[in-house]
Amino acid sequence: SFGARFNRFLANFRSVDEEFFDDLEELLIESDVGYETAMRLSDELREEVKLENVKKRSDVSDVIVRKLVDMYDEEGKEEDNTLKFSKDKTPTVFLFVGVNGAGKTTTIGKLAHRYQQEGKKVLLAAGDTFRAGAIEQLQVWGKRVNVPVQASKAQTDPASVVFDAVHRAVNEDFDILLVDTAGRLQNKEGLMRELEKIKRVITRELPDAPQEVLLVLDGSTGQNALSQAKQFNETTDVSGIVLTKIDGSSQGGIVLAIRNELHIPVKLVGLGEQMDDLRDFDPEKFIYGLFKELIVGSGE
Amino acid sequence: MAFEGLSERLQKVFSTLRGKGKLSEDDVRKVMREVRMALLEADVNFDVVKGFVKQVRERALGAEVMDSLSPSQQVIKIVDDELTKLMGEEAVPLNKAPHIPTIIMMVGLQGAGKTTTAGKLAKYLINNDKARPMFIAGDVYRPAAIEQLKTVAQQVGAPVYEEGTDKDPVEIVKNGLAQAAENKNDYVIIDTAGRLEIDDKLMDELSRIKELAHPNEILFVADSMTGQVAAKVAHGFDEQLDITGVVLTKLDGDTRGGAALSIRSVTGKPIKFIGQGEKLDQLDVFHPDRMANRILGMGDMLTLIEKA
Ligand SMILES: Nc1nc2c(ncn2[C@@H]2O[C@H](COP(=O)(O)OP(=O)(O)OP(=O)(O)O)[C@@H](O)[C@H]2O)c(=O)[nH]1
Ligand SMILES: Nc1nc2c(ncn2[C@@H]2O[C@H](COP(=O)(O)OP(=O)(O)OP(=O)(O)O)[C@@H](O)[C@H]2O)c(=O)[nH]1
Ligand SMILES: [Mg+2]
Ligand SMILES: [Mg+2]
Repeated sequence: SFGARFNRFLANFRSVDEEFFDDLEELLIESDVGYETAMRLSDELREEVKLENVKKRSDVSDVIVRKLVDMYDEEGKEEDNTLKFSKDKTPTVFLFVGVNGAGKTTTIGKLAHRYQQEGKKVLLAAGDTFRAGAIEQLQVWGKRVNVPVQASKAQTDPASVVFDAVHRAVNEDFDILLVDTAGRLQNKEGLMRELEKIKRVITRELPDAPQEVLLVLDGSTGQNALSQAKQFNETTDVSGIVLTKIDGSSQGGIVLAIRNELHIPVKLVGLGEQMDDLRDFDPEKFIYGLFKELIVGSGE
Repeated sequence: MAFEGLSERLQKVFSTLRGKGKLSEDDVRKVMREVRMALLEADVNFDVVKGFVKQVRERALGAEVMDSLSPSQQVIKIVDDELTKLMGEEAVPLNKAPHIPTIIMMVGLQGAGKTTTAGKLAKYLINNDKARPMFIAGDVYRPAAIEQLKTVAQQVGAPVYEEGTDKDPVEIVKNGLAQAAENKNDYVIIDTAGRLEIDDKLMDELSRIKELAHPNEILFVADSMTGQVAAKVAHGFDEQLDITGVVLTKLDGDTRGGAALSIRSVTGKPIKFIGQGEKLDQLDVFHPDRMANRILGMGDMLTLIEKA
């Protein structure tokens, strides 16, 4: 893991030399933060270490952790990583978007469970009418967490399913509507336009909705995640990211690059396939996780 | 700028070196820095990049000057050669059993594209081999996984053996194979649930299926957008299952697909197919040279060199 490797190189660390920063770059790159972000981070850290005239190994790690957390906070000064809800009696709508297999449908199931447990009235919209078994998958989740699903037959226009769902949510006084959509790669123009249309349908019926457009991102994705964030943001004004599958081996470091370039905050993280495996994003914890053993190791 | 291809990067470097007939050691270092950057931005694993750059540097320094190529073209040619070599040079066909059925098992992380690729393979075999494949529904965990497989199977016109979601997948596979023997299916494609390579319990389930079924082909299905972790994941699956081949999916996107190189490099197993869309006919035989070009983003430069 990143932390273990970091610790290992700190253990071998003699003086603050160039090799040290080469290693730091390597560690950052291996956590998928991207080449440019890695270079920028290590340059700034190099500067800082020089400025403070740090020589001792333990001091270096202190400076680095402090600087990283500073930089992280600064990039996100105007960010708000809480989920937004409707300010009046009208239903809150969350629209889920993302590439194929990222974890949209599963995240909807988990979030439905959370709100259902909080006593809210939740409706799901089966807006993926394309992929084999997608509607059934959402319906199984609906049953599992005891929440109704508005669905139509496979291959019908997703915008019309979403239209029906919004109406039902309004007429039957639902608190929250979670809208599933088919996975699509961000370079497919036609499919991206379809998504735009789905969003338009929601806003036409409920001017303040969707309160959230959540881009679901597979935590093991590499640099392509930047392109995903850019394109989905252009089409649907993404308000937050759900980082999934961080129970796997990946660091999810790409969200650092996305944050730096696009200022889209991560709001939720998925760490498993069960209904309880969803957490609010905690930036400090995330950084801590990324650099855990560095922080722990700096005490000596 | 992120995502620049190697062509653009190298053009910049060479604009500063114009007029040179032969590359000095310093020139090669500059060039290799760009190659390294291009590979990392394509998500090729860091360690793999390191080894690769070293290899190319040595060859570039020792290279004879070819009159027909400029120094930049020459380096690109070496990079391209080495990358193609690393990726296996030639397309490797699917394994086939001496006696029917040929058994193919799909494995990989969650959401990689196993079920879809199972459907595509069946279609490919039906079209190219007049095959009569049968699927076994070995995913009892993902909601509606069986429904998905059945829909896919219906689209390609092949039967599915399933026992719902309450049985042990190993048992289901055993019974499915008996059914295939009875029906004299020539191919059996086993769909399995997505799992993490660090999930011991679920990885053990795959080992037990493997022991029972003796698959001719264990295909590791991988998402081409995967980052640095691709090498570790592939290594994990290969170590525990001794995979026989790789399918790389979602290459219809704009990813450079560096995961291909990482996976090939850490497992040494051939990439056999690539997925280029959600539709069931969007499966193609893998061509290492095209992939090399894509990872590096060499565009037209390569075509020029081929002609030289
Ligand atoms: N380990 C793990 N698996 C996850 C997580 N979230 C989703 N998955 C799994 O990833 C796979 C794909 O999830 P889906 O929810 O179907 O993804 P999707 O984005 O809706 O996929 P499409 O609709 O096909 O584009 C499933 O097997 C899920 O169980 C997570 O946080 N951790
Ligand atoms: N664009 C594109 N989408 C693909 C490709 N292959 C699979 N998909 C999509 O990726 C998503 C996941 O595919 P699945 O076949 O369900 O993946 P899986 O590995 O079986 O997933 P689990 O069973 O949940 O682990 C679906 O939306 C597929 O339509 C491909 O080559 N290109
Ligand atoms: Mg889905
Ligand atoms: Mg599947």
